[in-house]
Amino acid sequence: MTLAEAPLVLMLVGLAAYAVLGGADFGAAFWQLGARGERGAQLREHAYQAMGPVWEANHVWLVFVLVICWTAYPEAFASIFSTLTVPLFVAALGIVLRGTAYAVHAGTAREIERRAVDGVFSISSILTPFALGTAVGAIASGRVPVGNARGDLVTSWLNPTSLAVGVLAVATGTYLAAVYLAGDGARAGRADLAAAFRRRALGAGVSTGAIALIALVIVRLDGGRVGERLLEWPALAAVAVSAIAGLVTLELVRRSRFETARYCSSAAVASIVVGWALAQRPELLPNLTVDEAAAGRPTMIATVVGIAIGAAILVPSLALLFRLVLRGRFDAADADEEPTREQRRSSGRSRTWALALGAGSLGLGLTLVFDDGLGLAVGVVALLGFVALGAVALVGEIAKADVAGTTEQPP
Amino acid sequence: MNCLLLAAAPFAPVDQDYLFEARQMQALSFAVHIPLVCFGIAFPAFVLLLEGLWLRTGDPIYRTIAKRWSKVMLALFAVGVVTGTILSFELGLLWPNFMATFGDVFGLGFTLEAFSFFLEAIFIAIYVYGWDRLSPRAHFLSGIPVVVAGFTGSLMVLTVNAWMNSPGGFTLVDGRVSDVRPLEALFGNDYLWHELIHMYLAGYLVAGFLTASVYAWGWLRGRRGRYERIALVVPLTIAALAAPVQIVVGDWAARSVAREQPTKLAAFEGLYETEAGAPVHLGGWYDGDEIRYGIPLPRLLSLLSFHDPSARVEGLEEAPADERLPVNVVRIAFQTMVGIGFVLAGISAFYVFVWLRRKRLPHSIWFYRAVVAAGPLSVVALIAGWVTTEVGRQPWVVYGHMRTEEAVTGATGIPVGYASLVLVYAGLLAAIVWILRRLACAPVEIQPGPSGVAPLAAGAARPDAEDPR
Repeated sequence: MTLAEAPLVLMLVGLAAYAVLGGADFGAAFWQLGARGERGAQLREHAYQAMGPVWEANHVWLVFVLVICWTAYPEAFASIFSTLTVPLFVAALGIVLRGTAYAVHAGTAREIERRAVDGVFSISSILTPFALGTAVGAIASGRVPVGNARGDLVTSWLNPTSLAVGVLAVATGTYLAAVYLAGDGARAGRADLAAAFRRRALGAGVSTGAIALIALVIVRLDGGRVGERLLEWPALAAVAVSAIAGLVTLELVRRSRFETARYCSSAAVASIVVGWALAQRPELLPNLTVDEAAAGRPTMIATVVGIAIGAAILVPSLALLFRLVLRGRFDAADADEEPTREQRRSSGRSRTWALALGAGSLGLGLTLVFDDGLGLAVGVVALLGFVALGAVALVGEIAKADVAGTTEQPP
Repeated sequence: MNCLLLAAAPFAPVDQDYLFEARQMQALSFAVHIPLVCFGIAFPAFVLLLEGLWLRTGDPIYRTIAKRWSKVMLALFAVGVVTGTILSFELGLLWPNFMATFGDVFGLGFTLEAFSFFLEAIFIAIYVYGWDRLSPRAHFLSGIPVVVAGFTGSLMVLTVNAWMNSPGGFTLVDGRVSDVRPLEALFGNDYLWHELIHMYLAGYLVAGFLTASVYAWGWLRGRRGRYERIALVVPLTIAALAAPVQIVVGDWAARSVAREQPTKLAAFEGLYETEAGAPVHLGGWYDGDEIRYGIPLPRLLSLLSFHDPSARVEGLEEAPADERLPVNVVRIAFQTMVGIGFVLAGISAFYVFVWLRRKRLPHSIWFYRAVVAAGPLSVVALIAGWVTTEVGRQPWVVYGHMRTEEAVTGATGIPVGYASLVLVYAGLLAAIVWILRRLACAPVEIQPGPSGVAPLAAGAARPDAEDPR
């Protein structure tokens, strides 16, 4: 791996994570689509609950991929986004509709509201991965030339490969979601939900496998470079891993070993991303190799180092979130008693207010006098200190005043 | 690198009939997103402050408010996540030449921002889903990264905006960037710091006044229980402390603009001719070479820009004719922002003064009406501020290096995209209003501790009270 490729590898990690985690979120909404009646309501609620704590973080993977792409491979990014305006804009609108529907679903009370919100949520959850999949198909089949909207604005993404990848993206999501939701159901002690999603996982596993095979044929017949090279070493290895992992997942699900199946199914989907990357290497776009597309050396180094530092904070944080979720700490049934604390009366306005005023005066003076340099920096920090210290000093006091009854009722 | 081998041709400027619509589309997406950013910046701090008060005093009402608000915080964050995603898509969809040419110069800022975004998403989920499930101390601590990420996220995004206004850290040879120094471009920029602090404080002002305005509205309609009162004073007090500071920071920002972007400063005032001891006109209209019907305040522009009443201020005449910007838009936006800033500071000073002298909230009904107005006004000031800096940068997307029309996409169909975006955002705003009202209708349940000494005034927290949030 060269420096020119390092950010690309990180992008692929992000893309695989998005295909797996984001894909499962999209897929969960697919299962809500057909769910009706009392039982359907339980399925829907189960899917929402499973997504709740993680979907924002899962979604960030997409942003992560985009920002690395435009930093490290700016011309490739610009070419892709300008030619694939239509599917990417549709995906963006789908993301907005989906996020909004998710944010408001908790507030639905009447059946008609619930149906409308769930409908928007499910449809956008299918539309978005499909649109993103067509974009991937466009890149994989070499239909995005270098330049500002130089490719065909329609046929670049409306072609056999794009459609196949679009359908595959939706299918893998539904498959992952069924496996995950079966596991979540089992963990929460809901045998009925686990069984319901076990059936769905088996069905989706078989159909997704079939769709993947058909897609492989279509991509091959469509005549791009990637189609040929998917069945050659080294991409073939990834394709084989994906197929084997898919089969093992089926057996694990059949035996109701959902937690292992969770990882195995993720590996099956992530391997597809890896296979695509290996097949397409070394060209990012037609006549644009990764080396040619790469930004200058300082940018590449700064990007890799920046990501390494970020990852040092991100990985433990993500691990914490997933551990809490997967151990069921956030499951509804787990709530403890409302914690209580001893009531205490704290002393009145302390020295904090005096400190705040001091910082405020210092900040005012320095900020007005200095145009730059240390004096200004100290001044600005002192001003922020005034707001922070003042808030700590006054907020408690004003809020507490009610307790003591010193606040008069206005007329 | 090898990118030099590629001719500039693939990203040469194109004819785009709908440049204006593309700009409007970007501006609309931004205007929808930025008030949500304010809540991302400041609301976690409000919630944590309330939880901290609960930890310190043991009074369950603080916890009740914090818990309810944290649900609002999560819903607004979710909408902020998706509206922010649209913005990043649009950078590529609408301005590919800008991204292709300069992505490697400023992109690092967004790469680092993605990590802030990640941390915010992770810990906001832990915080909101962790009520009752983590120990009180662990729960409080899980909120701190959210506040920190709100700051670092603003920092990273503003490194990019500051760079667009005051670009550096690269050399431009024949329209192609070389010798890129990304850290210098992003962090070695004098412009960054005032933009950062100005925006960060704006987050507290908007979130504070908007939240307070909701409860002030309830106050006027008789909802004056203990819950409502605390929910009013907490955001109001924080905003009231930030408002006067924002004026000082704004002064600093204007001085930096005077140094770095003299044309923009001239547009703030509509100053055509370069002059020493330049005045400020309040109101009025710029007719192409002077302000008509404005109220002149002699020497004020020189005083404000350079802290010297007779300083020489460059006028619009210094810029070549094809580099002039829409002066009236910038000038009116600027004066709106400053005017509202002073109104907010006035309300704040009154509030803090009454508290410090009288130990009570103001009695006057007009004060509460003013707080109701302060919420929407702060949003207007926020948008006006961004219009000032973004339209004030025109016709440049990268000040002095790339014009906006050179950056735009060659794709067709921008009006269709614009129309769909308007429709989707109209639906989004309706949905936000609806969910906030719905969350507000949930009854307030305060669970007192077993000590049973919760000093709840009778009727203070009516279980059926229709709380505005």
